[in-house]
Amino acid sequence: MKRFLGFVKKEFLHIFRDYRTLFIIFGIPVAQILIFGFAISTDVKNAGVAFLDLSKDETTQKLTDKIISSGFFKRTENLTSYSEIEDIFRKGKTKEVIIFEKNFGKKLQNEGKASMSLIADGSEPNTATLITNYTMAIVSDFNTDISGFKANNPMLIQPEVKMFYNPELKSQHMFVPGVITMILILICALMTSVTITREKELGTMEVLLVSPLRPIQIILGKVVPYFLLSFINVILILVLSWLVFGLSVKGSIILLLAESMLYIMLSLSVGILISTVSNSMQQAIFISLVGMMLPTILLSGFIYPIENMDKAYDLISYMLPPRYFITIIKSIMIKGTGFLYVWKETLVLISMTILFIVMSVRKFKIRLE
Amino acid sequence: MNEKVIYVKNLVKKFGSFVANDNLSFEVFGGEIFGFLGANGAGKTTAIRILSGLSSPTSGEVFVAGINASKNPEEIKKQIGYMSQKFSLYEDLTVKENIMLYGGIYGLSKSLIKERTDNLLEKLNFREYGDKLIAALPLGLRQKLAFSIAVFHEPKIVFLDEPTGGVDPITRRQFWEMIYETAARGITVFVTTHYMDEAEYCDRISIMSEGKIVALDTPENLKKLYNAGTVEEVFIKIARPVNN
Repeated sequence: MKRFLGFVKKEFLHIFRDYRTLFIIFGIPVAQILIFGFAISTDVKNAGVAFLDLSKDETTQKLTDKIISSGFFKRTENLTSYSEIEDIFRKGKTKEVIIFEKNFGKKLQNEGKASMSLIADGSEPNTATLITNYTMAIVSDFNTDISGFKANNPMLIQPEVKMFYNPELKSQHMFVPGVITMILILICALMTSVTITREKELGTMEVLLVSPLRPIQIILGKVVPYFLLSFINVILILVLSWLVFGLSVKGSIILLLAESMLYIMLSLSVGILISTVSNSMQQAIFISLVGMMLPTILLSGFIYPIENMDKAYDLISYMLPPRYFITIIKSIMIKGTGFLYVWKETLVLISMTILFIVMSVRKFKIRLE
Repeated sequence: MNEKVIYVKNLVKKFGSFVANDNLSFEVFGGEIFGFLGANGAGKTTAIRILSGLSSPTSGEVFVAGINASKNPEEIKKQIGYMSQKFSLYEDLTVKENIMLYGGIYGLSKSLIKERTDNLLEKLNFREYGDKLIAALPLGLRQKLAFSIAVFHEPKIVFLDEPTGGVDPITRRQFWEMIYETAARGITVFVTTHYMDEAEYCDRISIMSEGKIVALDTPENLKKLYNAGTVEEVFIKIARPVNN
């Protein structure tokens, strides 16, 4: 045990003496939280919207005013025909075109319903979804306004979308779980695989292997510091997002931390596995970034909603640990659900962890031969 | 000198159908400097890995410091020291921290480590370097320090795998002085090298070729036997590289 502790201490010294490592561990999480929170905010603000009003009556005018005055939208242009739509999207400033059908107001009055179309710029799927949702919300609000005068009247359109769990549609609430997931993969998988391959490159691994330290102690000794630092990081991110964005954890914090520990262990075992298959630090970095980071960012539901994904990508994302973890922590943080709602995902993560540990132990033994 | 520190009989190591060590038999005695020579790919590394408990023999008997290598490789590790050509100290730790780490790994107590560290730094004229990072040390000093750390826990045997690769002649000479001193203390030195002048310094040398030991004796006897002026000539005569 004393041997082991000395070894762990050395690992901490490595981390604290290398300002680059320290920066990756503590600088990046803070930077990401702030960048995602402020700069890459996916909230809608002054989104460009063009109107194609084929009716030009009092009702459409009112609705248009209501949309513009909401603060979320900014009128870019008034169109006169359908043919202009494609063009205006190409210009890029307009994210959505709102079309009122002919005789909108009259129809609404006489038939009790009228139709309008929302066409959004699908090249930015997230923004498109958000903007149409916002518009629908405003229209629905308008519905209530006018139906107030005519009780029990059918609506002009009935937006089905409701904003559960995140009524203010604050995007910070959605990305904090994603950032935690990404940071943990970054620190655990990338850093551990790098630190182990570094010992191989320097030749110190040979010396350690012929020492009385057992291979399992060497691996654990390398991993323990990162486990602790990652855990501190989770707490740091949670505190930071609470202080800066006022995001509090709705569910049980203990459950959240426990699930984080599980995910940290999973990521560490991935890191160990990567280190057993790669011979150089570059290789380890490459595998971690391309193999773990990119899928985490792109396919886990962190940035692009899984619901909007192609079937094939959806299937791939089932194999990625981050998908389950994001689901778990979103549930706990934002919906405030308990363990009963996330046990399936937890089980998947546990089995993945066991699988990776078994695989890396076997690989490590083969390499020793 | 009569204690058999390494005893190898009919050692065979196979990787699939490839025979890396083909029926090796030799003995190394306490306090001896044993040169383990051979061209690249001759099977030296495989043999050293078995002797140091990293790998187990396919068949044959191997005893290191009286411990059976097939049965108890982990015990062997406590009795040996190891230093390789690849540099083995941590550059971002200080001299003292490196010593502390390795001393701790070999289970020495803190007070013993402290005492020996003081002696060591004194002996190497290293006092002012104690709290410096390894990165700040010239290569020659590092190599000496790496060797001192390899024998810091007073092992029965120390394995040196091409310890003087990339080192200037003066440092090499000083290094060999350290090796002599260590052997005089009773620690067996098991060394591989590609420098044939260094082979002349050994008490006995073995030469491996294609997995077999093709010669084993004192440098003088080998030179007589093969009618050669230097060990280098002996080596070229009998150790044909596998690739050619």
